[in-house]
Amino acid sequence: MNAQKKYGMSIDVDRCTGCGSCMVACAVENNIPPAHAGANDRNGLTWIRVYKVDNGEDYPGKRSAFIPVLCQQCGEHTPCASVCPQQAVDVDPRTGIVGQMPERCLGCRYCMAACPYHARYFNWWDPRWPAGMEKTLNPDVAPRMRGVVEKCNFCHGRWHAAKQKAAAAGKSEIEPGDYVPACVEACPTGAIRFGDLNDPSNDLRHPDSFRLLKKLGTDPKIYYRSKRDWVRNVAQASRPVSSQKEASHG
Amino acid sequence: MRGKIIFLAGLAAALGAGWAGFPYAIYTSRPQPVDFSHKVHADKAGAKCEDCHAFRDDGTFAGIPTLDKCAGCHAAAMGTTAAEENFIDQYVTPQREPPWASYARQPENVFFSHAAHVKLGNVKCESCHGALGASDKLPRYRQDRISGYSRLGMSMTDCIACHRQQARADSCLDCHK
Repeated sequence: MNAQKKYGMSIDVDRCTGCGSCMVACAVENNIPPAHAGANDRNGLTWIRVYKVDNGEDYPGKRSAFIPVLCQQCGEHTPCASVCPQQAVDVDPRTGIVGQMPERCLGCRYCMAACPYHARYFNWWDPRWPAGMEKTLNPDVAPRMRGVVEKCNFCHGRWHAAKQKAAAAGKSEIEPGDYVPACVEACPTGAIRFGDLNDPSNDLRHPDSFRLLKKLGTDPKIYYRSKRDWVRNVAQASRPVSSQKEASHG
Repeated sequence: MRGKIIFLAGLAAALGAGWAGFPYAIYTSRPQPVDFSHKVHADKAGAKCEDCHAFRDDGTFAGIPTLDKCAGCHAAAMGTTAAEENFIDQYVTPQREPPWASYARQPENVFFSHAAHVKLGNVKCESCHGALGASDKLPRYRQDRISGYSRLGMSMTDCIACHRQQARADSCLDCHK
């Protein structure tokens, strides 16, 4: 069997320009349909979402930052898995990835209430693509149906593809370079990096890094980094500061 | 007495319909486009499964071969059978892909890797595809009217039975996408 992996991410907030490339790449990779006419900021589908935050001061002291928030892939006992009555959520012990199984989901949305990061999304509508655009769908990812919850799974289709490539070469271990989520690939400033947290050769868990809402003890596998103290403080705030706005999304 | 007979007749009719009729009625059925014999190819051409059902370079499985592969040998008739003549007239000469129906096609939410099973796990083709490779006639393609699934395809139960027996990965997302 494979050696145990613990996939995680490092996101350098100081490098993020808020361009939204990660959000677009994610939507394309994971067959996320165009927003329904009735969708708004609260019920659209955005597995990764760039939040704009500021330090709460007025000009000239005002400073802004962009924090991409995706499923934080909490430790081994995630809030979402604990509440799911359907066993539709599990943490794969071999990869540490929190998996979401749409076919098992009954749409109760307990997991969305339990998730402290608002990283889970509900399909309020059947997925629809404009005529002809269904040809652009990624065959490695199954579209979800109305009435189920979905979320980031570190581009599960790419994990499958990497496993298949390794198997074709007669190996059971994948090459680290073969498995990179779409957002990591798309980030023009290299703010998002991805890898095995158990691998000592990468510094994803840099001592200076912090995690969102650390006090909750959810043990996320997404490590953020910033040299600015106020950014680090925002990341620990239970409620968003009043001036916090979200970057627009499609 | 008369009531009993009517009851028994009704019971027999209902059971007959349920056991004999329904399992057929829920499938639509159609023949394959070409009267193809795996047996002839294995015996006369000495072909192995992977000669025609090959892997691509990236490890994906090409499945049913395209017309190019067939035309490589059958550009002109090699034998005297009517089936071959038909095949050449209808598909090879006009360069039209035969509309094969894949018995083993999985639903869109399933990830199946032939590479992992054949190259890593050394699973034999017959373990999942049965004796199709030695058959003389292609069975009719039967498709569930409701789900659209092929009757001869592997069901999740079949996959899981083997994965459990071999103590292989059996969490949902190992095979679902």
